Amino acid sequence: MGIVTTSSDILEMRGVSKCFSTAVALDQVDFSVRQGEVHALIGENGAGKSTLIKILSGAYQPDSGGFSLDGKPVLHRSPALMQRLGISVIYQELNLVPHLSVARNIFLGHEPVVVPGVIDFQTMHRRAAELVSQLGVPISTHALVTELGIAEQQLVEVAKALSYQVRLLVMDEPTAPLSEHEAETLFDVVRRLRDRGVTVIYISHRLEEIFRLADRVTVLRDGRVVGTRMVHEVEKDDLVRMMVGRDIKEHHPKAEVEPGEVLLRVRGLPGRDGETAELTIRAGEIVALAGLVGSGRTELARRLFGAETLKTGAMELKGQTIAIRSTRQAIRAGIGMVPEDRKTQGLILDRSVSDNITLPILGRLSRGSFIRRGLIRDLVSNIIREIDIRVFSARQAVRTLSGGNQQKVTLAKWLAGQCDVLILDEPTRGVDVGARAEIYQVIGKLVQEGKGILLISSDLPEVLGLSDRIIVVYGGRLVAEFTRRDAVAETIIRFASGAFED
Amino acid sequence: MLILICAAVSLLTPRFLTEKNLINVVRQSSLNGIMAGGMTLVILTGGIDLSVGSLLAVTSVFAAGTLVDGASPTQAILVGVAIGLGFGLANGLIITIGDVAPFIVTLGTMTIARGVALIYTNGAPIVTANADFRYIGRGSFGPLPMPILILLIVYVLVYLLLNRTTLGGYLYAIGGNQEAARLSGVPVKVCKTIAYAISGLLAGLTGVILTARLGSAQPNLGVGDELDAIAAVVIGGTSLAGGRGGIIGTLVGALIIGVLSNGLNLMNVNAYYQPIVKGAVILIAILVDRRVRATSAA
Repeated sequence: MGIVTTSSDILEMRGVSKCFSTAVALDQVDFSVRQGEVHALIGENGAGKSTLIKILSGAYQPDSGGFSLDGKPVLHRSPALMQRLGISVIYQELNLVPHLSVARNIFLGHEPVVVPGVIDFQTMHRRAAELVSQLGVPISTHALVTELGIAEQQLVEVAKALSYQVRLLVMDEPTAPLSEHEAETLFDVVRRLRDRGVTVIYISHRLEEIFRLADRVTVLRDGRVVGTRMVHEVEKDDLVRMMVGRDIKEHHPKAEVEPGEVLLRVRGLPGRDGETAELTIRAGEIVALAGLVGSGRTELARRLFGAETLKTGAMELKGQTIAIRSTRQAIRAGIGMVPEDRKTQGLILDRSVSDNITLPILGRLSRGSFIRRGLIRDLVSNIIREIDIRVFSARQAVRTLSGGNQQKVTLAKWLAGQCDVLILDEPTRGVDVGARAEIYQVIGKLVQEGKGILLISSDLPEVLGLSDRIIVVYGGRLVAEFTRRDAVAETIIRFASGAFED
Repeated sequence: MLILICAAVSLLTPRFLTEKNLINVVRQSSLNGIMAGGMTLVILTGGIDLSVGSLLAVTSVFAAGTLVDGASPTQAILVGVAIGLGFGLANGLIITIGDVAPFIVTLGTMTIARGVALIYTNGAPIVTANADFRYIGRGSFGPLPMPILILLIVYVLVYLLLNRTTLGGYLYAIGGNQEAARLSGVPVKVCKTIAYAISGLLAGLTGVILTARLGSAQPNLGVGDELDAIAAVVIGGTSLAGGRGGIIGTLVGALIIGVLSNGLNLMNVNAYYQPIVKGAVILIAILVDRRVRATSAA
C-alpha cells in the first residue's frame, strides 16, 4: 500500500483523511506529484478535490495523513507557511482586491519597501512588469484590477504566485469563466510555467483540456483515489468511467420534438451591417445563443427577462405585444431565467432548498397572504424527486449543496413556476459530468412539455448537441443563424469571433 | 442566555424574583420590545432604522397635542400612529426609489423628526390628564398591563407575518441576497418600503403608549432609544447583514436588556455605571452567540 517515492516527487501526501462532522470528505488519499509535471486532478463535484487542495495549501488540517515536500515532512502547515515554501493556489473565486492596482495586488503582503512601512512604488511596478511580461500577455501594472476582464485577472493571480517564487501552482477550474480564445492564452501560460520548472496541479471538468495540457491525471471519487494514470495511456471514456463509477456516454440527449406555436418573438434587435434581426422561440424548441464571453448574450437575455430595460426592439409573447419592465412582470408573463452566476444571482445561499425553489411563485402558493405550507411541502418534494436533487432534507441551506445540486435548485425554481419560455445562461458551467447529464434530461423534459428554451452556452459541443437553432452573437449583434442540420463548429466560431467581414 | 442573566440577577438581589417586579420588568421592556419588533423587519432586509427614537418623540407630542386641542383619545392615538407610519413610509420610499443607504436616510429622518417635535412644542412639554387616553399606558386588561398586552399582540402579528406570509418569505429573501431575490420576481422595493413603514408605525405606537404612561409628551423623548432597539434585535440573534434571525430572538433580546436594567437598579448600582455594564453584556452576548453558532454549523 505504500507509495514509492521517487526522488523526483516534489509533493507527497499519504493516507490523508478528513471528515466534517459526519461527512467523510477524504478517505486515505495517497497523492503525489512529480517535479516539473502538469498533473491533472479530476472528479465529480463532491469528490474531494477542493478539500484535498485546501489541505495542501494549509487552509485545512487533515484528521490523519502524512505530507512531504521534496521528501521532507512538513508539519503544522498554515497558508502563510505553504506560500513561503513555494506552494500557491489560484481558486475559482479570485483573491484580488478590485480597487487596487495590478502591481499592488501582486505584491500584497510582501511589498518592496524603502523603509519598513513605506512602499517603494517604483521597484514594485518594475518587478510587477517583469513578472507580467513573463506571462507573455500585455497587462498594465497600473490598471485597477476591477478594470480588467476575468481572463486578465486570472493572469494577475498567476503573476502573484510567481512573485512568491512558486514551485507548485494549483489552478482550480481556471477555464470555467473563459472563452476559447482566452483559454488558449492560459494554456500558453501554463506551458511557459512548465518550461520554467514550475509544477502545476490542474483541476478542471473539461476533459479535452486535460488531454492537451497534462502529463498525468489523478481521479477522485467519493473521497478516494480511483487511480493515477499517464495521460497518453487513457481515453476520455476511461476517465469518465473512473470519475463516475458507471458508464455515461458524454453525449447530449436530444429529444426530438415538433416545434409548436411561436412563444416569443423579438423584433428590431441589432443585426449584421446595421440591419435589424429577429429572435423567435417556438414551443418545444431550444434556441441557442452562441458567442464568445463578452459578446452581449447575457445582456440580451437579461433584457428579455426584465432585469434590464430593452433598448431596441419590440417583444411579443404568444402573439401579444408586451413591454417588460420588471422581472416580476416577466415571470407573471411566463418567462423564467436561470442566471449565469448561481451563487450571487441565482440562489439565496442561507435559505433552505425549499425556500429557494418556491420563491418565484410564493404568491401563487398562498391563500390571501398566508403561505400554504402543506402545498409547498408536496410541491417541493415532487420536484426534488423529479430532478434528483441530492439533499437530506428540503429544509437544508442551499449553501451546503454541491455545485451540481445547487444548479439543479436554480432549475427547480422555474420548474415549479410553469413558465412558457425559460432562459438558461450557462446552465452547466462548473457542473460535473454526472449532474450535467441529469440537467440535460431535465431540459429534454421541459421541451417535451412544450416549453421554449433560450440557451446561452460557451460550450460548443453542448450547443451543437442540444439546440434546434443556433444564433451567433457578436458585439451585441445577432450576426448569424443556423439550424441544427446546417451548423458546423468552425463556421460558428468564425462568426463568433467576428471574422465574417470578408 | 436570558435564563442565565435572570438567574444571576436573582442571586444578586432578592427583590428581583417578586411577581410585582417581574411584571415591572416586562412592562418596561415592552416599549423597547415593540420598537425592536419593527426594527427586526428592517434589519432582516439588511437595512437599519435610526429614526425610531425621534419618531417616538414626534408622535408623542402630536398625539398629546391633538388631545389637548380637544380630540378624542382614539383620534389622538390614530394621529400618533399615522405620523409614525408616515415617516416610516418616507424612509422606505427614499431608500428604495432614491437608492440611498438606509443608514443615511434614517439618520436624516431622525434629525428632521426631532426638529419637527421641537418646533411643534416650542421646546416645552405637553401635559395631558385625559384618563381614557392614559389607559393605554397605565391600564390593565385583567392581570396584564396594557403595554404587555400590546407587546404580545404585536409580536404575534409580526411572527405570523415573518413566518407564514409571502411578505415574510420575501423579506428573508431580500436580506439573504437582494439581487437573487429580484431575479426571482420578488417585489424588492415594495417589500422594503413596507418594512420601514411598519417600523415607523410601531415606533409611533410606542410613542403613544409612552405618552399615555407618563401623562406628558416631551420633544426630547427617546434620544438614543434606537440603539436599545437595535441592541435587542442583535442580541436576539438577527444578523445585521440581513437574511437571518427572527422575532422570537428579538423578544428575548428586549427582555435581556430589560432584566439587566432592572437588576442594576435593584442593586443600586450607580446610574453612570449602568451603560458600561449593559454594553459589556451586549458584547458578551453577541460573542457567545457567534461562537455557539459557529460550532453548531461545523
